Amino acid sequence: MGILDSKVPKGPLADKWTQHKNDIDLVNPANKRNIDIIVVGTGLAGGSAAATLAELGYNVKTFCYQDSPRRAHSIAAQGGINASKNYQGDGDSDYRLFYDTIKGGDYRSREANVYRLAEVSGNIIDQCVAQGVPFAREYGGLLDNRSFGGVLVSRTFYAKGQTGQQLLLGAYSAMNRQIQRGKIRSYTRHEMLDLVKVDGKARGIIARNLVTGEIERHSAHAVVIASGGYGNLFFLSTYCMGANVMAAWRTHRRGAFFANPCFTQIHPTCIPVSGEHQSKLTLMSESLRNDGRIWVPKKLEDAKAIREGKLKPTELKEEDRDYYLERRYPAFGNLVPRDVASRAAKERCDAGYGVNKTGEAVYLDFAAAIKRYGTEKAYTSGIKDPDADTVRQLGEEIIEAKYGNLFQMYEKIVDQNPYKTPMMIYPAVHYTMGGLWVDYNLQTTVPGCYSVGESNFSDHGANRLGASALMQGLADGYFVLPYTIGDYLSDDIRTGKIPTDSPEFEEAEKHVTERINKLMSGKGLHSVDYYHKKLGKIMWDKCGMSRNEKGLKEAIKEIAALRKDFWENVKVTGEANSKNQELEKAGRVADFLEIGELFAKDALERKESCGGHFREEYQTPEGEALRDDKNFKYVAAWEYKGEPKDAKLHKEDLVYENIELKTRSYK
Amino acid sequence: MKIYLKIWRQKDAASKGKMVDYTMEGIEGDMSFLEMLDILNEELITKGEEPIEFDHDCREGICGTCSLQINGRPHGPDTMITACQLHMRSFNDGDTITIEPFRAKAFPVIKDLIIDRTAFDRIQQAGGFISVNTSGHTIDANSIPIEKEKADDSFYAAACIGCGACVAACKNASAMLFTSAKVSQFALLPQGRVEATDRVLNMVRQMDIEGFGNCTNTGACEVECPKGISLENIARMNREYLSASLKG
Repeated sequence: MGILDSKVPKGPLADKWTQHKNDIDLVNPANKRNIDIIVVGTGLAGGSAAATLAELGYNVKTFCYQDSPRRAHSIAAQGGINASKNYQGDGDSDYRLFYDTIKGGDYRSREANVYRLAEVSGNIIDQCVAQGVPFAREYGGLLDNRSFGGVLVSRTFYAKGQTGQQLLLGAYSAMNRQIQRGKIRSYTRHEMLDLVKVDGKARGIIARNLVTGEIERHSAHAVVIASGGYGNLFFLSTYCMGANVMAAWRTHRRGAFFANPCFTQIHPTCIPVSGEHQSKLTLMSESLRNDGRIWVPKKLEDAKAIREGKLKPTELKEEDRDYYLERRYPAFGNLVPRDVASRAAKERCDAGYGVNKTGEAVYLDFAAAIKRYGTEKAYTSGIKDPDADTVRQLGEEIIEAKYGNLFQMYEKIVDQNPYKTPMMIYPAVHYTMGGLWVDYNLQTTVPGCYSVGESNFSDHGANRLGASALMQGLADGYFVLPYTIGDYLSDDIRTGKIPTDSPEFEEAEKHVTERINKLMSGKGLHSVDYYHKKLGKIMWDKCGMSRNEKGLKEAIKEIAALRKDFWENVKVTGEANSKNQELEKAGRVADFLEIGELFAKDALERKESCGGHFREEYQTPEGEALRDDKNFKYVAAWEYKGEPKDAKLHKEDLVYENIELKTRSYK
Repeated sequence: MKIYLKIWRQKDAASKGKMVDYTMEGIEGDMSFLEMLDILNEELITKGEEPIEFDHDCREGICGTCSLQINGRPHGPDTMITACQLHMRSFNDGDTITIEPFRAKAFPVIKDLIIDRTAFDRIQQAGGFISVNTSGHTIDANSIPIEKEKADDSFYAAACIGCGACVAACKNASAMLFTSAKVSQFALLPQGRVEATDRVLNMVRQMDIEGFGNCTNTGACEVECPKGISLENIARMNREYLSASLKG
């Protein structure tokens, strides 16, 4: 396994990062001016990396398919960002954040990376406040916190239900400052279609200008992939419509190993599917589980009556409700991690207790919280013996102040008032923990090619805790990559500008053009969406919340057949040399059709249940995930060998020196 | 439901555009407005015609990408939402719906319903930031307490998603609400005060260069803003601008 060197520095866990920063090579300020870096993707990870690299003096080019860097899907993160500030004095520390993250990830992430993440988490909050990010504050003027799933402390910083948007606007403003100085050149409405390697090193990309259709060559001394996750291969997900795996997958095809593709997060609290026309799913923030109680009816006949519209949930007596999370997991209750909550919802719905027309929904109920807050408010306002209506009104006001925008969003979509009747929720694909394999320096197996944020695999193991995605994106971009990339670039100070007229660029551009021509020349039987929906159904049915050997084997066959059909029969309208959204989609779906098969292969290979990966064959008698540390305590990193079925597995053994491996329990 | 659509089609920036009629049947109230357009596009593709291009991404009202003028109103008839959050239950069987791109000189059409809003980015680049480098050694986040009310007001200003509905709603195609939201977010925070003078002067100058019109206090922008950005921000920016001009 010599090929997979994680490059984790030696020494005690808490000293590794500081020691590493002291040991690595630096590039002097005058030389940074001669070095170019390409950053693909401008979400939290890419935006923060681009801004910081430009501040340091490098020449940065950023690429995003959106019309502005500010629109990357980090913007949709609602709930918050974790940091081990311990402002609440509730016993938080770097170690505890590290421990929670490793345990939450079901012991499938790298200790040193996760500890570093915890270590820099506090800096992120300091940096964002200095940038003018308007976090929520208490009346005393200090920052407020709330709790998220899978932890016993209150360490989540937030800006109402728009934390992702505010943090991204912070990174975007830092980028804007560098764009104004001429240190960043921002290419919007551009898509990376290939990675260019010269002498084995990443030296540039081929991009398509999505407005003119022009194919462009861009060179640099290093390339940073920050293009997010691949959850859109399920068709229905909480991802934005344009999210895709192209940059990461093209990099994989050029030699970067792809790690743990089957580790996908299915978020428990999303608005259920309403019909065939559905194009995407909407998340209801995990923060709602601070105050909402999740339940289904205790009796099958009640569930049936509710589904048929004969019974209202508010009419059901307390003793006829099954608060199944509180019942099964008394210690964490409604705040169990996402994988556990999602599986529990599926279990109840599969057993026939679902509460919407399709039988795939559970309740998230705020009645108890409204009463509790209302009573407290009446008491502090000096109202003696308040009646039920007063309590309700006061309570609803407090719930509105906390979650108003989420409640409004729910009402607009479902057409029901969640203050008066419980919300209906169901799990949906939300995040991918898998991604490009990177070492401690965030470098992929292609020298000079780095990956940050969701597009890499590094920190969340088999399950990500809530409010940790924003933390990782900004940690990678602001505080990790800008140091580690210098170590690599210190060898490049005399390289000079990378020419774009080399045979390597020529070959890559030719490859890209041929692929586009092939897409445009399909026989034209079915639209791109037709294939995307078919792929999504295979993925959801056979590679979703629970998986088994038979289903995965079928999925592999079906996806391969669908891919063949796609390349023969897809219909892409319009022209290649102009704005063409169908062509954009076609290129993305073509890649989903490849990674989907690798996903299933990876899930088949991992004969254990851990985190979001639940193999039906491997569970305890109580239906909990059964991990197999003896045989599967490794990162599965896949090497591209042509067809996904031929991908070659490399294993990075995970070493736990500071944490004792335990069965994850939230009971 | 049966719906009659009149949709703006334009090949590219250089071509002339026109309204084209489409009829759709079997539309359900639970469909979102954009899902209705998805279905129309599927039908067009099946017929071998080019689908209608429109900008959209998050489809949950936060990215600010969608930019449809529906029946003459930015983001359509409902208030406090973007076009992607609009559902067909807001319409009736037999309705005729017109769909156009946001209209403004500073937002040229790229294709069909897609516009170029990079003018907004350039306004932000002119001063929509606090000049602080990433070092990891900024002062502790809790070292400057900020009055909750001010922090909340700053947040409400920062909630702008940069969609451009304010410009599309304004008879002068003014970008005052957009620009003032960013100026206000920073003006309300102690961190932002240091550069307040240059910020407001530079951002307003860029806004004028881009060709946005002036504000005549009509207030249509506030009504159509999907995030409820308040006109107070414009008043605050005017005050900031005046005092900056006197200083400068």
